[in-house]
Amino acid sequence: MRLRCLTILAAATLVLGGCAGFAPPKPWEKGDLARPSMQFDADVLAAKTTQHIYASKEGATGGYGVGGGGCGCN
Amino acid sequence: MLATVAVALPLPAAAVDAGQPAPAFALPRAAGDVLTLESLQGRVVFVDFWASWCAPCKRSFPWMNELQKKYGDKGLAVVAINVDKRRADADRFLAQVPASFAVVYDPAGTAPAAYGVKGMPSSYLVDARGNVVEVESGFNDERAAALEARIRALIAAR
Repeated sequence: MRLRCLTILAAATLVLGGCAGFAPPKPWEKGDLARPSMQFDADVLAAKTTQHIYASKEGATGGYGVGGGGCGCN
Repeated sequence: MLATVAVALPLPAAAVDAGQPAPAFALPRAAGDVLTLESLQGRVVFVDFWASWCAPCKRSFPWMNELQKKYGDKGLAVVAINVDKRRADADRFLAQVPASFAVVYDPAGTAPAAYGVKGMPSSYLVDARGNVVEVESGFNDERAAALEARIRALIAAR
């Protein structure tokens, strides 16, 4: 049983190394990431309102999203 | 395991810099005919990489139309390489922002890989001998005038 656990763990560790092969998308491959359906916020106006509430009531701002719509141009 | 990681990591593509020869490309236009960089030798070429999802690209198109209009018959060729995976996206963009210069399609992304494009949009100003003289990342209204002056100088020197 112990050996089996160790074997599975070793196999999982080795297989995990393969994940290193997934390179991040190149600047010209970000078309799918820039799609509206890939945004965290479904509604721009609602997101703006939420941010405004955070800013005005909690003094919290920034840290949400990246400028440039995922085009890698900034 | 470290060895697997090292082997799996892809080598970073070398980015083309000013002073280096512009990598060749042969890409189809909308009509299906292939446009090669080689066929433009002897002309100053403004190579621009664009995509439908790239907001600054939308602003660069009117400027490139202007370039084509002003210098097209004086020895400049504007070539816009589209990198959209889906052709329909590019067509929708072009319906909104018409282009009066050469547009070629590279959904596989071989040309941007060869140029080592670092961001969208990216442009490469290529002189009449086929060497890159200027690399622009992003579209910047303030840089546009300087680039145009550079293009004028290159056309005069050709």
